[in-house]
Formats: sequence, C-alpha cells, structure tokens
Amino acid sequence: MSFLGKLTLESIPYHEPIIMVTLAVVAVIGVIIAALITKYKKWGVLWNDWFTSVDHKRLGIMYIVLALVMLIRGFSDAIMMRTQQALAINGAAGYLPPEHYDQIFTAHGVIMIIFMAMPFMIGLMNLVVPLQIGARDVAFPFLNNLSFWLTASGAVLINISLGLGEFAKTGWVAYPPLSELSFSPGVGVDYYIWALQISGIGTTLTGVNFIATVLKMRAPGMKLMQMPIFTWTCTWANILIVASFPILTAVLAMLTLDRYLGFHFFTNAGGGNAMMYINLFWAWGHPEVYILILPAFGIFSEVISTFTSKRLFGYKSMVWASGAISILGFIVWLHHFFTMGSSANVNAFFGVMTMVIAVPTGVKLFNWLFTIYRGRLRLTVPVLWTLGFMTTFTIGGMTGVLLAVPGADYVLHNSLFLIAHFHNTIIGGAVFGYLAGFAYWFPKAMGFKLNERLGKAAFWCWQVGFYVAFMPLYVLGFLGMTRRISHTDNPDWNFWIYFAAVGAFIIFAGIILQFVQLYVSFRDREQNLDTTGDPWNGHTLEWSTSSPPQFYNFAKDPHVSDIDCFTDMKEKGEAYQRHDNYEPIHMPKNTASGILMAIGITAAGFAAIWHILWLAIVGMLGAFVVFLFRAYSNDHDYYVQPDEVAKIENTHLDKVARGLI
Amino acid sequence: MSIAIRADLDLAHTGEPLANRDEHHDTSDNTLLGFWLYLMTDCILFASVFATYAVLYMNTDGGVSGKDIFELNFVLIETAALLVSSITFGFALICAKHQKRAATLIWLLITFALGCAFIGMEIYEFHHLIEQGNGPQRSAFLSSFFALVGMHGLHVTAGLIWMAIMMLEVVKTGLNKRSITRLSCLSLFWHFLDIVWICVFTVVYLLGAM
Repeated sequence: MSFLGKLTLESIPYHEPIIMVTLAVVAVIGVIIAALITKYKKWGVLWNDWFTSVDHKRLGIMYIVLALVMLIRGFSDAIMMRTQQALAINGAAGYLPPEHYDQIFTAHGVIMIIFMAMPFMIGLMNLVVPLQIGARDVAFPFLNNLSFWLTASGAVLINISLGLGEFAKTGWVAYPPLSELSFSPGVGVDYYIWALQISGIGTTLTGVNFIATVLKMRAPGMKLMQMPIFTWTCTWANILIVASFPILTAVLAMLTLDRYLGFHFFTNAGGGNAMMYINLFWAWGHPEVYILILPAFGIFSEVISTFTSKRLFGYKSMVWASGAISILGFIVWLHHFFTMGSSANVNAFFGVMTMVIAVPTGVKLFNWLFTIYRGRLRLTVPVLWTLGFMTTFTIGGMTGVLLAVPGADYVLHNSLFLIAHFHNTIIGGAVFGYLAGFAYWFPKAMGFKLNERLGKAAFWCWQVGFYVAFMPLYVLGFLGMTRRISHTDNPDWNFWIYFAAVGAFIIFAGIILQFVQLYVSFRDREQNLDTTGDPWNGHTLEWSTSSPPQFYNFAKDPHVSDIDCFTDMKEKGEAYQRHDNYEPIHMPKNTASGILMAIGITAAGFAAIWHILWLAIVGMLGAFVVFLFRAYSNDHDYYVQPDEVAKIENTHLDKVARGLI
Repeated sequence: MSIAIRADLDLAHTGEPLANRDEHHDTSDNTLLGFWLYLMTDCILFASVFATYAVLYMNTDGGVSGKDIFELNFVLIETAALLVSSITFGFALICAKHQKRAATLIWLLITFALGCAFIGMEIYEFHHLIEQGNGPQRSAFLSSFFALVGMHGLHVTAGLIWMAIMMLEVVKTGLNKRSITRLSCLSLFWHFLDIVWICVFTVVYLLGAM
C-alpha cells in the first residue's frame, strides 16, 4: 500500500464540470471570508471567543451556523434533483449522470438529517436549556465543546467527499448488500460511515451531557415537573439520543468490519444477514425522527404560550405525551420495511403501534389549540411558523397513519408518496419548529430582533413552496413513480414533476429571504435592539437575563416556584432586582482541547476512508495525547469577582429601567 | 494503614480545600452521574452486538459452530480472572476512600495483572482460532463471535490503559478528590465490563457449547 493509501490525483473529479464549478465557487467564497476575517483582524476573536469557547450559548450559535451552512449544501442537492427530474422526462438524459445523481440524493438525505436538522436542534437546545433551568452552564462544558467539534468533524468529512473521491450512491440508509465492498468498492460508503460515526459519537455525548444537566443543574426550587416545556421535550429527545445512537454506532462499526476486514455480518456470502443491518439501522433511525420532532413540539408550545400571553394548556399531559411518544418511538421501527418478509402478525403489531403514536401527538395538537382558545394570539413570525406547522404536520401525520396500514404500504412503499409523507412531517414539523425557535430566540442570542416583514415573507414562501413542491409527490406516488429515479419516460408524470420543481424554487425564494432578513436585521440592529432582555413578555427564565445573556447567565441563583417562573417573578415584583452584594462566580475557562482533539479525529477519519494507516494512527494518538493534557492540567476555571458582576448587572438593570419606561 | 501513609493524604494537591470544590463545574457528583449515563449508552452498544450474535450464531456457512470450538475449562479460568479482578478493584476503591495510598496501588496492580491475564488468554484464544482457519472472515457466526468478544476485549484493554494512567496519577498526586472520582468512574466501568462478560460467558460460551 502506498504512502497515501488509495488517494491519488485521479481521486479529484476534474472531468465533472458541475463539481469543479461548485468547488471553484466554494473556494472563492472561502477566500473572500478568510480575507474579510484577516482584514478586520478577527482570527483571534474567532479562535479565542468562539472556537475554544465552552459557553453553551456560543456553542449553540456555532451549531446553528453549521446547520445553516449545511442547509445551503443540502438544499442545493434538492434543487439539483428537482431540476434534473424536470429536464429528464420523456426519456431525456438530463444534465446529471446517474452515478452523480445517486450521490446527490444520498448526500441530500444525510446532510439534511444529520448535519442540518440535528445541529439546528442541538444548537437551540444549547442556547436555551441551561438558561431555562436557571443554570450557569451545562454539566460538562468542555465535553459540550468537544461534541460540537465532533459534529463539525463529520460535516467536514462529508464536504471533502465533494472534491475528493465520491460520496455513497446507496441512498441515505446505505442498505447492504449494496453498501458492501462487492457492490460499492469506492470510498463513497466509507465517507458515509466515518462522517456518521464521528458526528454520532458527538451527539451521544451531547445527550449524556444534557441529561446530567437537567438532573443536576436546575435552579433551587425547580422540580422536574416545573421545567419549561421546551426543556422537557429536549430531555425526552436526549433520552432517545442516549438510547438509540449507540445502535447506530454498533451497526456502522459492523458495516466497517465487513468492508475493511472481510467480516460477514451483512454480506450475501458467508451466512451474512442484510436484514440485521436494516433492523438495527431503523432501531436507531425511527427514534431519530422523534429526536428531531420532540424539541420542535417544545418550541411550538413555548411560542403559543408566550404569544397568547397564557399558560400552556395541559402542561402535564404535554410532558407525558412526549414521554409516550418517546417510548412508542422505539417499538415501531419495522414499519420502515413492512414489505421485507415479516409475517402478517408482526406487520400488524408494528402497524398498530405506529397508529397509536398519533394519539399522544393528537393530545399535543389539542393542547396547543386550547392554549390559543380565548387567548389573544399575536401573529408574529414564530406564531406563523407554528400555525403553518399545525396544518402541515397534521396532513403529514394522517398520510403517516395511512402508510402505517401494512396493506396500503405494500402499494405505496418506496414510492414518491413516502417521500412526500416524510418531508411533510420533517419540514412541516421539525424544520418549521426550528425556524420558529430561530425567530423566537434570536433576540436572546444576538441582542436585536429580526426584521418582521422579511420574516413573514420568508414564511409564506416556505409554506406555499412546501405545498407546491410536495403535494404533487403524493400524486406521483399514486401514479406509481418510485423514489430515487434520475430520468423518466411517462407522459402522465410530467405535469406533476414540473409542478414540484416550481415548488422547490418557491422554497428557494424563502431561504434567500431568510438570509436577506438576517442581513437587513443586522444592518438595522440599532433600531431593533432588545434592551430589556424580554422582548416578547416571556414566561420562562431565559427572558430574565439580558440579551445576549451575561456570560455567567445568572448573577444570583434564581429561586423557582412556578412553571412559568419569570411570569411569576414579574407578577410578584421580584424581577429585575438589584442586589448589593454578589458572590464570586465560578466559571470554566475556554480550551483548545476540543477542537484539537476533533482535528486529530477528523484526520483519522479521513485516513480511514483512504486507507492511510499511518495518518489514522497519528490522528488518534494526537487526539488521545490532547485528551491526557486536558485531563492533567489544573488550569480549568476561574472566578468572576463580585465587583465585576455588580458592574455588569447594574449596566443591564439601568438599560432595563430605561427600556421599561 | 499506617500513620505514615495517612500523612501522605494531601488534599492540598488540588490547590484548594475540599469544601470549596463542591460548587465547581464537573463536580464529582455530576461526573459520576454522567459516567453512569455513558455506561448505559455502552450497554446499548453491547446489546446491539448481542442481538446480532443471537441472529447470526447459527449461520456457520458450513464451518464450525460454537460446540466445535469453545473450550469451557479455558474460558472458565478466563472468567475467574475477570471476576476476581472486580473484587480486587473493590478493595482498591475501599482503600482509596480511606486514603491508603500504598494499599490502593497494590490492589490496583493486582487488578491490572488479572486484567492482563484475561486479555492474554483472549488473545491466545483468538490466535488459536485464526490459525485453525476459523477467523472472523470464515462465517457470519464467527464474525459476530469475534466482534462481540473482541469488543468486550477492547473495552477491557481500554480499562487497563486507563488503570495504568490512574496508578501513575495516584503515585504522583496522591488520593485527592479528583483521583478518587476518576477511580470511582473506572470502578463503575470495570464492574460493568464484568457484568457484560457474565452475559457473554452465558450466552456465547455456555449456551454455545451445549
């Protein structure tokens, strides 16, 4: 084996003009960004205040930036697929060769779920959960930083696959035997394996971290059943993470052994059983969709309760409904492969379990409706996303119940009906939720509000675009069009394929409007400053801090005696109190260990993909040495002195006093 | 044990008295809970591989089955080494909590030796199997066998490396709050691997040899 393993100059796809142009554009943008950072001398700020930060708020922002960048990448894939299908009708070839098209639909799925939705959700969770429970940080701040960089490491690997080698052509589930070495001899599946494996471990650590945080770090007086609903839904999601992500780790490790060392877990030869992969994959994959949706449910609950100025209807039932969904989410995985040979009784069990999930979800929907009932709903941007969700998600849920009928699934499985269904729930549920949360907590994170008009325009583009893009897919599913087709030859389908392509461009307009909204809001930030820290008259503790919050979050531990704790404080006149004496605040120091470890692990992952043994060893050893240094340094923390706390608090309270008048 | 050892007990190594450390991030309480949670994720990792073994153990592809290759007497000694090492680790932790540094180190050393014996025997078994042409590439049964037992072995190896580092730490910095917390985590890890091994011994070897 050569020094660089399988890596040669031939690995660069220079004969593919589309890829090369993309790379050129990315390179130009990269150079411009780097030049701007150099010009404004921000490298130091970026490294010292962000990359090495252990502050959950900054990590949250970095997660969301990562998610937005990957959204652009994943959406580019989507637009390419829609335009390819629109061009490649009546037997035309279109502009994407099949092997490229296959990589695109695989990358689209992996990116949107693992590197867009997950970081967006975890970013919001990072930003908000410690504030909502009145904590100064998470239980393990360094681990939190490491988790972020492991996620970023996976994202880096999947992006490298664009310019070096190829990505998997297997679909985002990478089912064997197709993903085995005999049918996918290239590095594509290896990119898939290591990108998912590394980021998945980061996610597992996040789950551990946040469960420990909510169990151990709650403010005095806050009982478990007084945690804000978003914190609760995140907690359920974290329980699902720690219970399901190890299954992904295991199944990917087995596929790795098959591909690298000739094991026979899922191969055709040697007695391997591909169904084992499919079962294990979905034993992770199904809980994963609830990991995505539950925090979104929490966001909608917060938004509805805040903007109706009412207490959330049925808080307890909301918590238990989330718990029921979490548990049921683990016993429905087989509905992803009803047609793959289980007996009728097994299929019936999983079909019924799947339908049962609609019950706790329905409970939630009615809770939101009852919260709105007789409230004064302010139609802000987060509320629009919530209302859009309530209609869209309900449709997606009902097509889901339809697919849960094994008999119907035999007709509809693997068709565009399925694609329409899960986009209906993931976009209309999870993504709308994150975008609601984005608009809702943006002032908290950044200190100024987002432009309302552009936000509404973006919402309407998304909402209309979604229906135009995905309703035709239901029709195409009934017309028999299967998923993952690069070109078609059926005149009956053409109209609907065109229809869907138009929808994708309307969503595209929505995404552009959101970036315009970010720019305009930043430009006009002086007019939209959030001086009080409580722009929406919020109910929960995150709104009691300044915007953006002080780096230590709370100068004094808040005492909690109500679910809507901050409302309770405002009513009792306990909010915004000045204190004469503060105690020193103990804070963790920033550390470069997380990013350095992740660099080593990224190098090792890259080396594993290309079979460069020495680099894999160097990368892993490097990460381990950094870890040991971290474990044996005593320079982890410091104290913020009371006079400094007093200064920061008084500046904030002066601003609040001016803002309230 | 002796007064001399007790005098060694130096909490000031961390620079601060014990009482103040409670308000720190990464308090030992949080660390132990976090480690527990991590162990539960590890448990699910093992569960996934166990499930795979249960599905694949009959897929021998015309090759050997468990009955042909398992030598229960050998595995019993291996098992005994690991189980006894759990007890000796328990003694080490008791000594550590009583601030007996030398005794802690001795018990850790014994545990380490037993762990090495276990791993050595496992490597011997694997080597033996591969030499006879019964390596993991032979059949799905052997793939899942090597993966399950090997994954446990890798965990034990990681535990041994950790234990070696902890012995160095105890020699260098003594038994302070930090090292005791870490020893407690390692202890959880070690006992956890014992429990997993009991499952491996039962499901793989005892049932397999029947």
